[in-house]
Amino acid sequence: MTWKALSEFQWESMGPEIILIAAALLLLVLELVLPKNVSRKVIGWVGLISVVAAFVWLITLYNHEPVNLLFGTFKLDSFSIVFKTILLIGAILVLLLALGDHTISEQSEYYTLFITALIGTMYMASSSDLITLFVGLELLSISSYILVGIQKRREGSSEAALKYVINGGISTAITLFGLSYTYGLTGTTNITEMNLALSQGVASSNEFLLIIAFVLVFVGLSFKLASVPFHMWAPDVYEGAPTPVTAFLATVSKTGGFIIVLRIFLSIFAGALLMEEQKSVFEVMQPIVGVLAALSMIIGNTIALKQNNLKRMLAYSGIAHGGYLLVAFLTISPFMFESIWFYLLAYTFMTMGILTIVYNVQQQRGSDSLSAIAGLVKTNPYLAIAMTIFVLSLAGIPLTSGFIGKLNIFMGAFVPVKGFYVLGGILLLTTVISYFYYFGILQNVFFRSGEERPVVLPKTHILVVIICVIMTVALGIKPSLAYDVFHQFEIVKDFFQA
Amino acid sequence: MSSQFLLWVVFSPLLGLLLVTFAPKNSYKIWALATAVLTFVLTAITYIAGQNQSNLQDWNISYEWFSFGKFFAESTRLFEVKFELGVDGLSLVMILLTGVISLISVIAGYSINKGSRSFYQLLFILQVGMYGVFASQNLVLFFLFFELTLVPMFFLIGRWGRFDSERAGYQFLIYNGLGSAFLLFVIAVLFARTGTTNYADLANIIPVGYDTISPISENLKMGLLVCLLIAFAIKLPLFPFHRWMVNVHTQANPAVVIIHAGILLKIGTYGLIRFALGIFPDQFDKMSVALAIIGVVNLLYGAYIALTQKDLRSVLAYSSFSHMGIVIIGLAAMNSAGIQGAIFQSVSHGLIAALLFLLVGMLENRGDTTSFDKISGLAKSTPRLAGLLLFGGMASLGLPGLSGFVGEWLSFVGLFQSHKIIAAVGTLGIILTAAYILRAILALSFGKNSEFVSSFTDLSKHETIASVILVIAIIGLGVYPALVNDMILSSVDFIIQGIRGV
Repeated sequence: MTWKALSEFQWESMGPEIILIAAALLLLVLELVLPKNVSRKVIGWVGLISVVAAFVWLITLYNHEPVNLLFGTFKLDSFSIVFKTILLIGAILVLLLALGDHTISEQSEYYTLFITALIGTMYMASSSDLITLFVGLELLSISSYILVGIQKRREGSSEAALKYVINGGISTAITLFGLSYTYGLTGTTNITEMNLALSQGVASSNEFLLIIAFVLVFVGLSFKLASVPFHMWAPDVYEGAPTPVTAFLATVSKTGGFIIVLRIFLSIFAGALLMEEQKSVFEVMQPIVGVLAALSMIIGNTIALKQNNLKRMLAYSGIAHGGYLLVAFLTISPFMFESIWFYLLAYTFMTMGILTIVYNVQQQRGSDSLSAIAGLVKTNPYLAIAMTIFVLSLAGIPLTSGFIGKLNIFMGAFVPVKGFYVLGGILLLTTVISYFYYFGILQNVFFRSGEERPVVLPKTHILVVIICVIMTVALGIKPSLAYDVFHQFEIVKDFFQA
Repeated sequence: MSSQFLLWVVFSPLLGLLLVTFAPKNSYKIWALATAVLTFVLTAITYIAGQNQSNLQDWNISYEWFSFGKFFAESTRLFEVKFELGVDGLSLVMILLTGVISLISVIAGYSINKGSRSFYQLLFILQVGMYGVFASQNLVLFFLFFELTLVPMFFLIGRWGRFDSERAGYQFLIYNGLGSAFLLFVIAVLFARTGTTNYADLANIIPVGYDTISPISENLKMGLLVCLLIAFAIKLPLFPFHRWMVNVHTQANPAVVIIHAGILLKIGTYGLIRFALGIFPDQFDKMSVALAIIGVVNLLYGAYIALTQKDLRSVLAYSSFSHMGIVIIGLAAMNSAGIQGAIFQSVSHGLIAALLFLLVGMLENRGDTTSFDKISGLAKSTPRLAGLLLFGGMASLGLPGLSGFVGEWLSFVGLFQSHKIIAAVGTLGIILTAAYILRAILALSFGKNSEFVSSFTDLSKHETIASVILVIAIIGLGVYPALVNDMILSSVDFIIQGIRGV
């Protein structure tokens, strides 16, 4: 590559990623050069500043024309911009949470690995080639394996790490195996070319291979979404991993999972026509995905009823929320992109908020069981109100963002001529079931009495809770704040453009 | 009348929320009362100003709120949800009822000593929800306010009740959550398929069958109506969804039950009229026989069980359940008299139930029980309290001249026009009602005046004021029913037009 080529390259469209890569390297160097007696929090603050910088840069790209760089391996389209926004917001909140954690905040590896994982998800959002998509996925996965086990002296953390790495390894292998079929059928790894080839019916004589590929890829990726059938890691890892890592897995990593699912399935399988049935592979497989989504909602919400540990309960609730999002995904309605995007955004805020509160209660009352938050209203009335807002939002009660998100998912489920009434019904009924455990939390907070000592939050955590409360309520009362941002883009048009 | 008037009515309880939150310890109860009086005056002004119904259009409020999916040109406003408030005669009646009952509830709450600041805070949030429910002009907004009543009510029931009240709170939450789920299903389907949730638009689109974004088949309409009926049958409640309501009535604090029986159950009536009858009149017609039968079953079954109870609270719980049967009987008649009867019965039951639960609260403050075994001979020691009990009982069993009579009379007149035999069976309920009410009054007011009861004091100042307001309202409506009937006439006519397909 000559200097001329380098100078003509559109660096600005890769700005956020470049900042993050530079930051990751900088953090590594800082760890080496900083004297031993300097608090490692400095490294965390540098990391936070770079993520904020990446976020600001991303905002400036909002009006950028869609571009396709590096031979189609990097794409800046409106899809990647809006989803990267969620990723970076989530990342800022997670870093703020980590900076207030007295054990994690002194471990500089946390910040470095966190940023590499973030780069992985960012790249997944922008990639239109299977190779880079997979590299992004692996970057995310390998970083998160280490993150889960970062407190190597704590038994729970090591156990969780082992479970996570074994499950993750298997799921990645399955994904890759499935992707190899699509490569074999089309002879290309570029998603756009693959889409073109498949829609012209290259694979029409090998339809069953496409279906196998669909199943394998979906099953493999369900690990990242924490949905059935690869959901079993979630409770153990949520409970065992340090909370800043749990928060990362629940928000940024999950968003990354949905990004890659949307990229692969809409580009490859939704356009691949099966000749005999005049349907795409996606439509043929819709019932299967529907069953998996239903199972996620049912398993998540019913097993959560039995949980006495707050983090495990949130893990199962996360599985259920994965199911709700899958409903939005599988209907391929005109509302699909906006409902997934809005729900992930809302989910990031409410999950970060509730995890921050649970973390502090756990640290200061020595337990993360349901009874640990008993009587919170007497010791910390404001925190109790914040907790109520997050719980109500997770339960999908109006005036919170969770309700608007659910309503949008329903719109998508009911607008097709053959509406998805059964799935919509399951979503509604499991939501009612979820009231049992969500209001069980509130019952403990308000009706029971517990420790008299108030819970004291570090400053960064107070900031996280305030941001999350404001956004959860604001998106519930005035959802157009987010929708107006989203509606300025032509997601669908850009998404399928070369 | 300014155009923002309705906003003031709906959100005026928030003023109470602020005052109660920031007032010093010794005066917040007074501020709560002051706001309740203010809100009541506001609703009364609204009601009086609304007598001239041609002006009601001017009160409509419509702001941009949010919209899903911008895939059509800017000019088409599909999938848009506006913040729309507006009223008609029916809403005005309900809003005035809410104003009266809320005031009574705030006065009844004076006897709460533990955590009464949060009690009033929740009560005011609940009030916003109730006013909003009756003033919304689209389904999403209705649902929002509807759920806004759910959460505060859960806490109100669970925290200030008798010993089993947390379970009652949970039952309330789950049953009503299930009802909301059915309702949300209907709302989402209608919204997705028509692109609007505005009442007036839907009432035009659905019965006529204009082209919609996605087709709505006849079967789907029937399915949606059934979902709506289930949703509001849980709220009302109708047999067999009544367990939760009986538990709430017997476990919650009387001040909470006053709101619950007085207004929240009436949201069921309102929803049935506004949505089930208003949007799906043809389908409702097909269900009317079944509904009439369910109404009669409700009436008789509730009355029969009330006859076997040994405690005033339980009698009143089943009495409320039984009286809701009359509402369904009126609606199932599908004619002008019946629907008027259903609305009138809702209003009058709201007032009567509030009075009776006010009495329950008085008894519990004095003796912590309403059991027939423990209380007897009230007439000797507390003659005024016993007199009120007699008055409330007479109103409840439908003594002519009091409001209970008008509702029952109109509902049955309506049903006799359309389903004679069912109506004839239903009249048995009136006899049963008289029996259980007289039995309860006999047990409490007369008989041996034990030492326990003779220590009771008679009505205090607060209690007298609250009961006098209700007594005046009950007599007023009984003697001059046109107070309500004139107001709802045009709403009822509008629904009848929908039924006849004009």
